[in-house]
Amino acid sequence: MPDLMNTIGIWLAAFFTFCIFSFLYRDNPFYKLAEQIFVGLSAGYGLIYVVYSTMVPNLFAKLSQDFSGNLILLIPFALGLMMLTRIYPKTQWISRYPISIVIGTSAAISVMRSLKTDLLLQVGATIINPFQGSTASEISGNLLVIIGTLCGVYFFYFSKKQEGLAKIPSKIGVYFLMVSFGATFGYTVMARISLLIGRLEFLRKDWLHIIN
Amino acid sequence: MSVNTSSHTERRIVFLIIFLAVMVPLIFPIGWGSEVSPIARMSYDLIDETPAGKYGLISFDYEASTITELQPMAVAQIEHAWSKGQKIIATALWPQGPQMAEASFAEAKRNPAYADKEYGVDYVNLGYKVGGIVTLQAMGSSIRDVYPKDSSGKNWDDLPMLKGIRTLKDLAWVSSLSSGVPGLKEWVMIAHDVHNVPVTGGTTAVSAPGFLPYVNDQKQLHGLLGGLKAASEYEMLIDKKGPATTKMDAQSVAHIVILLLITLGNITAFRRKRAKANLTGGQNA
Repeated sequence: MPDLMNTIGIWLAAFFTFCIFSFLYRDNPFYKLAEQIFVGLSAGYGLIYVVYSTMVPNLFAKLSQDFSGNLILLIPFALGLMMLTRIYPKTQWISRYPISIVIGTSAAISVMRSLKTDLLLQVGATIINPFQGSTASEISGNLLVIIGTLCGVYFFYFSKKQEGLAKIPSKIGVYFLMVSFGATFGYTVMARISLLIGRLEFLRKDWLHIIN
Repeated sequence: MSVNTSSHTERRIVFLIIFLAVMVPLIFPIGWGSEVSPIARMSYDLIDETPAGKYGLISFDYEASTITELQPMAVAQIEHAWSKGQKIIATALWPQGPQMAEASFAEAKRNPAYADKEYGVDYVNLGYKVGGIVTLQAMGSSIRDVYPKDSSGKNWDDLPMLKGIRTLKDLAWVSSLSSGVPGLKEWVMIAHDVHNVPVTGGTTAVSAPGFLPYVNDQKQLHGLLGGLKAASEYEMLIDKKGPATTKMDAQSVAHIVILLLITLGNITAFRRKRAKANLTGGQNA
């Protein structure tokens, strides 16, 4: 029985892979079918998984086992119920309270952490002795980091018109940004080809059993 | 109308060429080599230099859509850590993460050298927790409180290898294999920047450029594995001809074909522009 289910699974996966690939020819009902099934399944899977992996063990099970010992859990329970009031237009204002708590908490944690991770430590990583490297490539790499960071940030300085000599670092900053965009594009191409390789590998190996 | 039809036909020809460029090397491998980059080696060195008996945590922050790029990294890191006698804790910030972890451990155990690795002694799969950065923050105080049970429902106290673990600080390294948010960035923010635990990781190639600035003097990231190429580099470092290595031929051929197509497209556009300019010039004269 597991083998049969596995085989059906592989054939379904192959069918939906071809449905998605069919979009390369033109938009068609098979593509739309696969797209909508994917969206529906992902949402359903996510919901059920969160219910059984988070809400049941962390809330319902604890409340049902030892209610008086877990009274504090009534707070998230009430907040959760308040979220559900969005279903009716007349009561949806109530859901703003739990949403504001979630957004406030997340923003507070993220701002604190981002300040250190993305600003202080990143600035610290740029304050380096460019000549500390042992090889020419390390030294030139350090210089590039310093020049690239300063010129790149300067490009986004808008309080004074950038003309004459002041335009030079801005121009250098643009070149650094263009190199960065080029690298990002290259990585994106690599990622997309990897996805294609993954699908073709599946068709070749799991579906058609063409193994080297 | 004719321009549109021609453009559509050209696009389909390009799709067909890319399909062949990927499929042919998969069926008939070429065996092209690849060089190991310094940032992939940094990631390797972190695990390689960790003493036996220490604990590493791999966070499976991805789902089925990115297994081609991230699963080979997971399997290679598991095999590497086991080869060094380390113990592995698997967690997940994405719902499908526990299944990815399970598949990776099963794949690593197919290697006869690690077939005897025992669940609860050499590795555990703690499963998924919702909450992202808030969950990680709580793990900084007590991992046990966040994960009182593993993914199969076993109690923390029934898993012998977890006896020496209390907080994130008890880990020798953390590796987040991440295809989005929450993922590697959150691990850097909490595990490294708050608790000073060395963090490495792997991302899809799309995300890799955004993480490169964290591989810096502050060691926010101890190396980075970006995409299938980096996965193949890691396999080379542990002397394994794994799934990433065998797919690199297809990747390389596809890249060459894309480069040729971009060049061809630019030449064609340039010639058309010149022909149009000549035509306009002739009419003006």
